[in-house]
Order: sequence, then structure tokens, then C-alpha cells
Amino acid sequence: MSSLTEFLTTFPAMGRRDLSELKKAIDGGFRTFSREFGESLENFFYPLLKFLVWLEKLLLATPWPIIILIVAALAWFGSRSIKIVIGSVLSFLAIGYFGMWKDTMSTLAIISVSTIVCISVGIPLGILMARSDRAQAIVTPILDIMQTIPAFVYLIPVVMLLGIGKVPGLIAVCIYAIPPVVRLTNLGIRLVEKEALEAADAFGANYRQRLFGVQIPLALPNIFAGINQTIMMALAMVVIASMIGVAGLGVPVLRSISNQYLALGMMNGLAIVALAIIFDRVSQSYGERLQRHRHGVQHD
Amino acid sequence: MTDIKIKIESLYKIFGNKPASVLQHVHDGMSKADLLEKHGHVLGLKDINVDIPARGISVIMGLSGSGKSTLIRHINRLIEPTAGKVIIDDQDVLAMNKKQLGDFRRHKASMVFQKFGLHVHKTVAENVAYGLVIQGIALKEAKKQSQKWLDRVGLAGFEEHYPSQLSGGMQQRVGLARALATDAEILLMDEAFSALDPLIRTDMQDVLLDLQTELHKTIVFITHDLDEALRIGDNIAILRDGAVIQQGEPQNIIINPADDYIFDFVKDINRGRVLQVKTLMSTGTGISGPDIVEKTVLEDALQVIANADTKAANIVDEGGNTVGSITLEQVVKGLARPDVETNPESRYR
Repeated sequence: MSSLTEFLTTFPAMGRRDLSELKKAIDGGFRTFSREFGESLENFFYPLLKFLVWLEKLLLATPWPIIILIVAALAWFGSRSIKIVIGSVLSFLAIGYFGMWKDTMSTLAIISVSTIVCISVGIPLGILMARSDRAQAIVTPILDIMQTIPAFVYLIPVVMLLGIGKVPGLIAVCIYAIPPVVRLTNLGIRLVEKEALEAADAFGANYRQRLFGVQIPLALPNIFAGINQTIMMALAMVVIASMIGVAGLGVPVLRSISNQYLALGMMNGLAIVALAIIFDRVSQSYGERLQRHRHGVQHD
Repeated sequence: MTDIKIKIESLYKIFGNKPASVLQHVHDGMSKADLLEKHGHVLGLKDINVDIPARGISVIMGLSGSGKSTLIRHINRLIEPTAGKVIIDDQDVLAMNKKQLGDFRRHKASMVFQKFGLHVHKTVAENVAYGLVIQGIALKEAKKQSQKWLDRVGLAGFEEHYPSQLSGGMQQRVGLARALATDAEILLMDEAFSALDPLIRTDMQDVLLDLQTELHKTIVFITHDLDEALRIGDNIAILRDGAVIQQGEPQNIIINPADDYIFDFVKDINRGRVLQVKTLMSTGTGISGPDIVEKTVLEDALQVIANADTKAANIVDEGGNTVGSITLEQVVKGLARPDVETNPESRYR
């Protein structure tokens, strides 16, 4: 009787000793792995690091009026809206005035590089998923894990492999930010009307002509929504990335959490928000302008 | 008749997981319903044999679910067959490799779709040039080459519009111009005008007929509308449940419907406007009376014959040679809707 009570009240867990042995074995295995491959991985990512450092230095070395001009020009090119241009310029002026210029440039650098990485990996992956149901079945659960697993959990192996620094930060940001662009590329291509594709087939289009002539252009609104989301998520990772040595607006935020500096935290947080809004508005209105054919209904 | 351009030989299409495994059942005569119930496969096409003559409009008609859209997609192999052949110029389309099929689609057969199948992100001019661009011609040159087709279907001035800015009829003109621009000898039209309202539809039929007098393409035209079939078809094949139940000249189908199903189809048409005097005349020497050209429809002939003293007329061909004669009684008989009982042997059960 008492043994039954014990069985019901205490979960028949693995022995404490076995469990710790298991964890140790996994940790040991991974440590061996990282000792073995850590360096070659670092070498693999070295060009990326160089590019990131170069971009950051470039942004920091460029005189601030030129940066603001470039920001205004990009905002105009993207949105063709004077409101957005003025908003962007004012935000950057405020950021500089409150002494956050340097951190903002560092954040811009890592966001740009991680967005480039996410797009250049994510869009081909999305195309592959749209082409093959099997690829979709394999990739989808991986994306689910990437989006739901707490960022701190995948920081551990990344740091074990590559140590603390910009590259592990970049990888952490990309793991978190890449799923939307992959998903929406896949979705966008799959949602392309059957009739448009059948017409391409009937005229003898090959795979490349079909993909670049019909599927991608028609999927662009969705792909753009994906890129937009990816940028937003990358910005959201700035604070966490600063925990493993990424310079930028996240660092003062982190410092203000541990020291209870309200004003410092708020200012840098708002700077991140300002960047996010600028990126969002510009990329969204660019995406919209790409598909003027959908809006120009004016029957003659 | 004339030379055959497309020869469809014992073509079968079964939809399902393992079509080949149930093909034998279909050969053994299993019905569509039984095949679905016992084997979970859908019979799409069953033993289709159709000869499509060159330089004419062949209409394949049937109601929805009859397999007509499936059939036309076998001609350029947008759908893979389960068994059979589609022979065009001594070549079996269904046996072509990928490259041959690509060339075939780029140069030999073009297609017009029910829902237009236009590329909404491209302008009208880019859509019309599409087939040429796929052939490898640079866009600018392709636009130049396709401009005449754009003009020909009445789209001049709309080059830089997007399809969404055009009405349905205009959009299908784009579809038609796109298909014509590749200069393919074969034009496949899958319910091309079905999505248009009746006036526009008649309009587009005129555009097509007008083009055809000039171009003499081999056109395969799918429709569910008998009036349309009679109006534009040089010959008609009627499809039901995936099988051809009658094919021949339109006139002949009206006079001799093969079974109940077709009889139901043809009984409501306006015979006076469709039947030609040639179909009803007594061949041989003429009689005294006015001359009527053989392709005159009954409605027009009626007036002339009724006014004639003899209540009869000579039938002449386009060259003016007498080919036969017709009496008022023959015309009236032709106009009357045949009663089912008049030809009981053709009852389908």
C-alpha cells in the first residue's frame, strides 16, 4: 500500500546520479566537438566578421551629416514620402543629440549584416521549401523550434563554440530573425495563382523562367513582409546580443537593468524603437510600391 | 476530309494514386462510379479517339466534369496521360522528352485560358510579348514583334496598362494576342470566352472568326455552350463522362443526334438560324425557282422560298453551280423540333 502511494506521489524519475552523468556526457561531447571544430567554424565565419567590423568602422568614421543625408536619401528612395523622410531625419538628430550616435551606428551595422545574411540564406531556403513538400516538412519544425526556444538556450552552444564576440551575436540574431523571411517566401510562392503558372508552362517556360519571371515577382509582397518582420526581430534581439559582446544600443540597456538607470534605459530603448519604425515604414512602403499593378484599378 | 493535324489515339486519363494499376479495369468496361467506389480512382478520360483537321476550328464540347479541360491539356501535356497517344505532325507529344516538349510549347502550340492566366505584375505589352520572351527574344524586340497582334485584337493604346485595369473582355484580348504572338500553328482555347458576358462573348467570337479567315490556324476550342460551338466550330466532338459520344460536322449533329444526351443538347437551339439549306436539300439537278447559296440558313431561305411561285428553290454552291433543290415543305420540316419518337432506335435507354 505504502509503495503504491509512493509510486503515485513521486514521479519515477531517472536516478540523480544517472541524470548528472548524462548531462556531463552531453556537455563533454559538445565540448570535445567545439574544441575540434571551433576554430574551423571561426575561420568559416571570419569573412563575415571582417565585413561587420568594416561596416561598423565605416559608419563610425563617416561624418554625421553625411549619414543623415544617406538616411534621408534611402528613406526617400524606399518610401517616396516626405513625411517618412522628415521623421527619419528628426529621429537620427534626436539620437545624436542625446549622445547615442556611436551605439546606434554599431546597431545599424549588425542589423544590416544580419538582415543581409538572413535574406541571402532565407530566400533560397524558402524557394526550396516551396518547390518540395519534403523540404517543407523538414524545415517547418526547425523554424518552429528556432522561433519558440528561449534565446538564452541557444546562446549557450553558440558561445561554447565561438566564444563571446560579434560573430556569435550575429548568429544568435540570425537564428531568431530568419524564420519569417523563410516562411513568407515559401508561403508567397505557394500562393501564386495556378492560372499564372499554367500559362507559363503552356508557353514552355523552364524552371528558371518560371521562378524569376512569375513566382518570385508575384510572391514579392509576401517576401517583403517577411523581410520586414526579419528586420523587426533582429532589432528585438539587440539587447540579448549585447549580453554576448555585441556593441550597440543593447549595451547601455543591459547596464541600466543591472544599475537601475531608468533614463538611460528608456533613451536607448526608444532609440531602438525609432530605428524599428524607420526600417518598418520604409521597407513596407517600398514593398507596396513594388506592386502598383494591384492598386491601379481605373477602368477605362 | 482535309489533312489531320492532331491525332488523339486511345487516350486514357485516370486520376488517383496508382492509375496504371486500375487501367485494366477501365479496359474491361468498369464504369466511372464503380471505379471511384471500388478503387478510389477517378476516371478522367476514356478511350478518346479524335482527329483534329488542320487549319480549322474544332470544338470539343461537354458539360462541367465531362473531361473537356483535361483533354485539351493533354494536347500540350499540361496533364500527363495514363495511356494513349497524341500525334502531331508524326510526333507523339506524350512521348517527348523535356526539351522536345519545351520546344513544342514554345513554338508549335499556344494556349488561351478560361480565367485568362495573365501575369498581373506585367503590363499588357509585356504579357503579349511573354511567349516570345520565353523563346529567348529580348523584351524590347519581343514587344516590337508582338505589337501587331496587340493592335490586331484592338488593344492599341493599352500597352502600358496593367491587366487589373482592364475589363474581362479586354483581358481576354490580351490572352488571345499573347497566344497569337508566338506564331504557333496550333491554338488551344480552353473555355476562352466562357467567363465573359454574352455580348462580349459574341464580340470575341467575331474577333476569332475574323482572325481565322486570315490565319488558318488549327484551333481546338473547348466550350460548354452549344450555341458557341455551332457558331464557330467547323466540326464538333461531344464529350460526356470522359468519353466522346459523337463527333462530326455541326449540321450533322443537329440532324442526327447520336443519343438522348445529345438530343437534349440540340433540342433547344434555334434551328432556323443554324441549319443550312445544304443539309436538308435533295441533291441532284435543280428545279425552276430562285437560287439560294448552299450555306444560307433556313431562316433566311424561308422568306425566299415562300415568295417563290413554285414554293421551292435551287441550291447553288459559292461558284454558282447548281447542287440540289429544296422545297418549302423540306424547310418547314427542318425547322420543326424533331420528336423523340421519330427516331426511337437512337434512344440511349
